[in-house]
Amino acid sequence: MTTTAILASVAEDVSDTNDPMSINVLLLLVMGVLFATGIYLLLERSLTRVLLGIILVGNAVNLLIVIAGGPAGLAPLYEKDIPPEEYADPLPQALVLTAIVITFAVTAFMLALIYRSWVIAKRDEVVDDDEDLRIAEKGHFDVEEDAEVAADTSEFTQDDVDAKGARP
Amino acid sequence: MLVVTTALFVAAFAAPLVFRRLGRSTFYVLAAVPAAGLVWLLAQLPAVLAAEQTAPTGSDSAPPGFSVPWIPALDVHFAFRLDALSALLGILVLGVGALVLFYCARYFKNDDPNIGPFGAQLTAFAASMFGLVTADDLIVLFIFWELTTVLSYLLIGYARTRIYARRSALQALIVTTFGGLSMLLGLVLLGQLAGTYRLSSILAAAADGVPELAGTAADIAIALILVGAVSKSALVPFHFWLPGAMAAPTPVSAYLHAAAMVKAGVYLIARLAPGFSTTAFWHPTLIVLGLATLFVGGWRALRQTDIKLILAYGTVSQLGFLIVVTAIGTPDAALAAMALLTAHALFKAALFLIVGIIDHQTGTRDVRKLSGLARSAPKLFVVSLLSAASMAGLPPLFGFVAKEAVFESVLAAPSLADGRFLGLGVAGWVLVGIVAGSVLTFAYSARFVWGAFATKASVPATEFRPVAWMFLAAPAVLTAGTVVLAWIPGTVETLAAPYAGLFGESPEPIHLGLWHGLTPALGLSAVVVLGGAAMFAARGAVARVQDKLYPLIDAEKFYRYTIGGLDNVAVWVTGRTQSGSLQYYLMVILIVGGATPAVAAIFMEQPVPLSALAFETPTQLVIGLCMIAGALLAVRANKRFLAVLMVGVTGYGMAIIFALHGAPDLALTQLLVETIVLVAMVLALRSLPARLWESNPSGKKWLRAVIGIGFAAVMVAIAVAAQAGRVADPISLSLPKMAYEIGNGHNIVNVILVDIRAWDTFGEITVLVAAATGVASLIYVRGRGDGGRATADVEPGSVGRGTEHIHSSSRRTAALAIARHFAESAREAWIVAGRTLAPERRSIIFEVVTRLLFHSLLLISVYLLLAGHNLPGGGFAGGLLAGLAFVIRYLAGGRYELAEATPISPGTLLGLGLAIAATSVVGPVLVGGELFQSAALEFVLPVFGEHKFVTSTIFDVGVYLVVIGLVLDVIRSLGSEIDERSEGRGITERHDDVHGTTEGAAR
Repeated sequence: MTTTAILASVAEDVSDTNDPMSINVLLLLVMGVLFATGIYLLLERSLTRVLLGIILVGNAVNLLIVIAGGPAGLAPLYEKDIPPEEYADPLPQALVLTAIVITFAVTAFMLALIYRSWVIAKRDEVVDDDEDLRIAEKGHFDVEEDAEVAADTSEFTQDDVDAKGARP
Repeated sequence: MLVVTTALFVAAFAAPLVFRRLGRSTFYVLAAVPAAGLVWLLAQLPAVLAAEQTAPTGSDSAPPGFSVPWIPALDVHFAFRLDALSALLGILVLGVGALVLFYCARYFKNDDPNIGPFGAQLTAFAASMFGLVTADDLIVLFIFWELTTVLSYLLIGYARTRIYARRSALQALIVTTFGGLSMLLGLVLLGQLAGTYRLSSILAAAADGVPELAGTAADIAIALILVGAVSKSALVPFHFWLPGAMAAPTPVSAYLHAAAMVKAGVYLIARLAPGFSTTAFWHPTLIVLGLATLFVGGWRALRQTDIKLILAYGTVSQLGFLIVVTAIGTPDAALAAMALLTAHALFKAALFLIVGIIDHQTGTRDVRKLSGLARSAPKLFVVSLLSAASMAGLPPLFGFVAKEAVFESVLAAPSLADGRFLGLGVAGWVLVGIVAGSVLTFAYSARFVWGAFATKASVPATEFRPVAWMFLAAPAVLTAGTVVLAWIPGTVETLAAPYAGLFGESPEPIHLGLWHGLTPALGLSAVVVLGGAAMFAARGAVARVQDKLYPLIDAEKFYRYTIGGLDNVAVWVTGRTQSGSLQYYLMVILIVGGATPAVAAIFMEQPVPLSALAFETPTQLVIGLCMIAGALLAVRANKRFLAVLMVGVTGYGMAIIFALHGAPDLALTQLLVETIVLVAMVLALRSLPARLWESNPSGKKWLRAVIGIGFAAVMVAIAVAAQAGRVADPISLSLPKMAYEIGNGHNIVNVILVDIRAWDTFGEITVLVAAATGVASLIYVRGRGDGGRATADVEPGSVGRGTEHIHSSSRRTAALAIARHFAESAREAWIVAGRTLAPERRSIIFEVVTRLLFHSLLLISVYLLLAGHNLPGGGFAGGLLAGLAFVIRYLAGGRYELAEATPISPGTLLGLGLAIAATSVVGPVLVGGELFQSAALEFVLPVFGEHKFVTSTIFDVGVYLVVIGLVLDVIRSLGSEIDERSEGRGITERHDDVHGTTEGAAR
């Protein structure tokens, strides 16, 4: 028996009892916990924890998509005599598959960021943006921009006039 | 006429290149282009004047024109039309444009910075202006209108280093685009009301009295358009931008701010007047604002000490004058307006060019410094005197002819007779206003000539070098026009007559001419001359009165306060909302993201699930509970790796959940990804301290928990609603059949990825390439780090020596001895570069296992790739598995082992993968198919039997290679490179030299 066949047979056991409109409380609970913990970590200042939060939220979203796609079913491997509604919905699976790989890429990128942040600044945390803080403390716009400036009464400096006067 | 516009634009684009070759003489070449356009235009004149002005484009009697559909869905056409009004404006635009460009060749120096772009902008302006006056489509007209605005901005700001120039440029831009926006609204409204955007059709309809164009909506549309015209032509209360715009080089002022751009507003009013001069807001707005501008401009011109500003305020005043006359809407007034427009373009452009010459030769434009120029520059003086006299309205010059015509037309304006104010009819007020304005005009004209040329007792004579005739030519030609036209006023009358004819027949038509006999108009001219002369003579007293009254209202100050206030509000809002804290931003996003569906759920009926199931299988229950525990522990963990492991638990749990759900592909991919992520995490985070915080600085624990739980609750509700709310059959019911019959694969998920939704996948692997490159760049900083030292050159046992804390207990010493022996015996080389590792880091079991596993894993990965079309697997899973094989090689043998294992650099793999995928996208097109089309090739191999190869597998090969490249980049960057940087030091020490950084100093 191949792995696929085992997986398919497991799925078959459960698919009989499933009504498409029924909900699975356990999966919902798992998803809820993943979301809650993920967001809790995401809102931390520690970059490592933010990354872990992203991974948890990523898992939660993948689970959400799979749950929303309907109840469990047969592995979506086409056989002529199986009616299409017997399969687990393949479309959300394709979406989630790309999402898993993308999450991997994002995770790797975040890891590189964490490393660089640590190497440069010995920091593993998200600090407030200095520029934003500077603007927040400021009451008004740059004064120099608003000051009155005398109009010029010539486009030419004296040097220009001398140089050009010679050969107008 | 599109040829002229296009030729000018082409010349503009080519200009910077020519400037490099020819220097300032390029301006001569540029001047030739509008000059040629002018010749073409003059050749068209007989046809234009003979045409029936209102005939629709395309009919036999219509003026030259054409229309090409541009955005048919919005009824926008590239429509152009050359009727009499357009031709008259076109002559001014091209004629003055040619002369100004000619003049520029002597005004600028060869080495002036940005002279190339300047020439290009000025030529492009001529093109836009000509496009503007010939456009016959509201939207096309608007585009050219805004083009002139933008070019004006660039030209005013030519002196980039002067703050005054930059600020004036911006001010002009803001004011005129404000008007432009209002105008766009009006144009769209007008177009929608009329059911067409064709200007000539709209005007014809309005003249016929179509009811749609006579109601309140049309009144509002016209009022909005007038805001645009009024702001462009610098009428009160927008007049202040024009004097500011004098920061532009003087040729620009002469062209844009005297002869051409500011006339765009006048043109638009002249264009609309035949159809809309009787709408509700037309006369009140234009006549009141026009008269106010006429007066304010003239009044303030008298106060200026800069001769250029005298002219600038004079222009403001004259624009008000022009608008009043243009707006009246009688055939006589239309004729007078056209004469005045021509006269003004001639004398004002000439005077500006003269100011440019004075500034150029003496280095000042200040009347308090200029003295004695009448004597030192007699030719210049004569030219100026003639033009200034024309401006003042003295005979026998064209300015006088035009002004006489205006007086006559206002005296005979019957449409203005009704309505009285202070016992005087509207026409009476207009007449009084015009006469008063003309008195001021005379006074500032005199002040200009006196200020620029007179010998002043207290001022030493200004040094003035002789002017080359090439330099003086342009103003001289314009002035000659002023003189000559006065004697042949019939020319202008012929040109303007078809336009004036649009307003119907005048009972006693006026004519342009120097002498009409002793008419009331002549009397008014005499009043003007006497009044103006008296005002100039008593200029001391006038100045004292002005000092007392000035400034009653300053529109520019109002503008500055408005803009300043806006800036301050922006800073305030930014400061309040942008706290710079990522946490805060995320909280806002999450709260909104959670609250929106929650609120919607409260107010809308929700589907209720019919049945609920606690769990599907006992396995699912166990796994689910493990995941919940893992997630909670990840939050609690204060050691870095513990937290990582706990998150890993949820990841592996996901794989099993997928498997139970009937998603073997997902399970496989998740399993592989989770493993690689775990390794990558350990590798990357090993440089960081083991503990997360001592004390958690993030704070707001409870708030974060509430947001997290709240958001999670909303997502759960969404999931419930999504399941319970199913009403339709899922679209994926047709996918299995499609996958098999069209995509030729049993594995539906894989067929979706590589065939049905292959574009998505293509986008995704591009993201993977970007992420891989990002990781490599962040770690290597310079380049991708391809290439490196050959393994053969590395001293055995040198890698990672001294980084492990080996304690000196005897058992460890014994183990070390065995390890050393193992390391040094070259015979049992299980892996290629194992010997490079420090002995204490090697593991014989791991090396042997690696030796056994590596090639098997690679083979399986290829199998997964090829079989993936029919069985779980495919490019993603295969690539990840192959990547994992390399990860194992690295872990067992260190970075040289990894380098030995990968003869092809990850960068090449990524590129190759993307190229193969792209080939499979485009390939089918080359053999006559569609993008991404797949085909099945069936063949028989001697040993392997019957086979079917689906071409979309080629795409999957690309995916496979990209994924391997990504994994390799990750492991090489986070593994090998960090190893190398930390060599010989404690791993958590700093090992990357970034200059000048201490704690937080990189910030």
